[in-house]
Amino acid sequence: MKRMATKRMWREVGTSYLFLSPTLFVLLLFIIGPILFAIFLAFHKVQLLGTTSFEFVGLDNFQRIADDTRAKIALWNTLKYVVIVVPCQTILALVLAATLNAGLKGQKFFRIVYFLPTLTSSAVLTLIFMWMYNQNGLINHVLKAVGLPTYNWIGDPDVALNAIMIMNIWATAPYFMVIYLAALQDVPDSLYEAAELDGASAWQKFWHITVPYLRPVTSFVVVMGLIGTFQLFDQSYIFSGGSGGPNNSTLTVVLLIYQYAFKTLGTMGYAAALAFALAILIFIATLLQRKLSKEESLY
Amino acid sequence: MKKKMGIGKLLLYTVLITYAVITMIPFLWALSSSFKTLEEIVSGTMSFIPKKFTLDNYKQIFVEQELFPRWLLNSVVVAGTVTVLNLLFNSMAGYALARLQFPGRKPLFLIILAVLMIPAQVTMIPNYLILKQLGWLNSYQGMIVPTMVNATFIFMMRQFFINFPKELEEAAELDGLGRLGIFFRIVLPLARPALAAQAIFVFMGSWNDFMRPLIILSDPQLFTLPLGLNSFKGQYISYWNYIMAASMVFTLPVLVIYAFFNRYFIKGISFTGGK
Repeated sequence: MKRMATKRMWREVGTSYLFLSPTLFVLLLFIIGPILFAIFLAFHKVQLLGTTSFEFVGLDNFQRIADDTRAKIALWNTLKYVVIVVPCQTILALVLAATLNAGLKGQKFFRIVYFLPTLTSSAVLTLIFMWMYNQNGLINHVLKAVGLPTYNWIGDPDVALNAIMIMNIWATAPYFMVIYLAALQDVPDSLYEAAELDGASAWQKFWHITVPYLRPVTSFVVVMGLIGTFQLFDQSYIFSGGSGGPNNSTLTVVLLIYQYAFKTLGTMGYAAALAFALAILIFIATLLQRKLSKEESLY
Repeated sequence: MKKKMGIGKLLLYTVLITYAVITMIPFLWALSSSFKTLEEIVSGTMSFIPKKFTLDNYKQIFVEQELFPRWLLNSVVVAGTVTVLNLLFNSMAGYALARLQFPGRKPLFLIILAVLMIPAQVTMIPNYLILKQLGWLNSYQGMIVPTMVNATFIFMMRQFFINFPKELEEAAELDGLGRLGIFFRIVLPLARPALAAQAIFVFMGSWNDFMRPLIILSDPQLFTLPLGLNSFKGQYISYWNYIMAASMVFTLPVLVIYAFFNRYFIKGISFTGGK
């Protein structure tokens, strides 16, 4: 009897590892291995010509970040992008979700329409917007028609990053809207009914019931937003043809990492150090957000 | 009171319709541009209805540009294979973590959770060097193998299987099915909703991915669509009619899949997102 139980146990262990074997393979070879390898790279100078060679340089790669003007520009652009895009897309998502949830006719239709940008690839979206941002393009025509100033959206360093911001707020808000929509289903009707008895207006109900009730979801949406915006790459790359131009105005941290890793020789180790700096930055931003939102909920 | 409700409703509808228009315009503009002649594109007239409706742009990308069908095929092969493998492997891992007893179960789960939080940029450079060492740059396997499991969906499947009724499995065991039989014949078919949501996300993620192919593919023959589209733009820099036609072809498969699985898509977002 005992032997049978042991046999059964061993069979279960075998099945477990059989089931986990593809995961373990990928985890070791393409995630955990690379993380350790990345630490190694960040302390080395890497030469890719012929056979790959590594030269230990200590903390040089990290020190170099402080002297790198382009790294500062990239960081500044990325921070500006994060600080503007995250609140805008969060608020837009919340407003859209609340409006969609108001029980109007045609909800399904609107939801399908709003989804389109979420489904479409960043490459396609960026190309469509570049076509609209053309100097002689649709957006400038509309602006001119209503008497607003027009811009050289793609070529002017002062507006190029704004052009990407507008596009991405438009593209990402619907995704977060869906998360809010799901959460809105859980708000108990009794809360609204009670407020209605007290004579609360629609706005008061939104501000005093919906918004506080959704606070944990908002916290999640903001963290996801932070992680996503810090990693801006595709749009900048396609928009600027990989350069981060005009005049470094669309250069982001990830685009810079890409350039140092794969476009210039001998800077792969430096790129790995930059990638670590970015990971730490994202981590800190996430922690900060968590702390802030927790403090808020004390009131 | 009633009148006030009316105004409120009107306001809500105005918001909804305005935003629907804002969402639709870029797509309609791209679609209409893809049916316009080059002269109309260059002349800068701003009409959503093409003056002279033409299919030449689509003909151009499929017939003259031989690589375009190849890119489409590459994308289908890569995204299709990645999706099937993810469904199988993520479920297997999720099931083992949820239901089976084995040494190392807890630490492994924690490691998978931790991996969720590491930004891709950290592993991107070493991944490139590893693939280079394996001789997998410029290959299907280089595109497929590193992405054939996904920590997020292992986590999602684990949550799903934890809530899965145990009685069904016990009944199957009494009928003489082994673990593998139970998993493939009972559990997996019943996990269909979770698998459907996962399939859409994995497929879309792979289909739309830009960074991985950009890094590991340099042979235009092996480009997937996002990369092909980008090189296409470089080649036909002011032929926006061609570029828009190619963009539309690229977007269509995702729209079709979405139309079929709409229901699961929403469930999936709220599942991977909200809770």
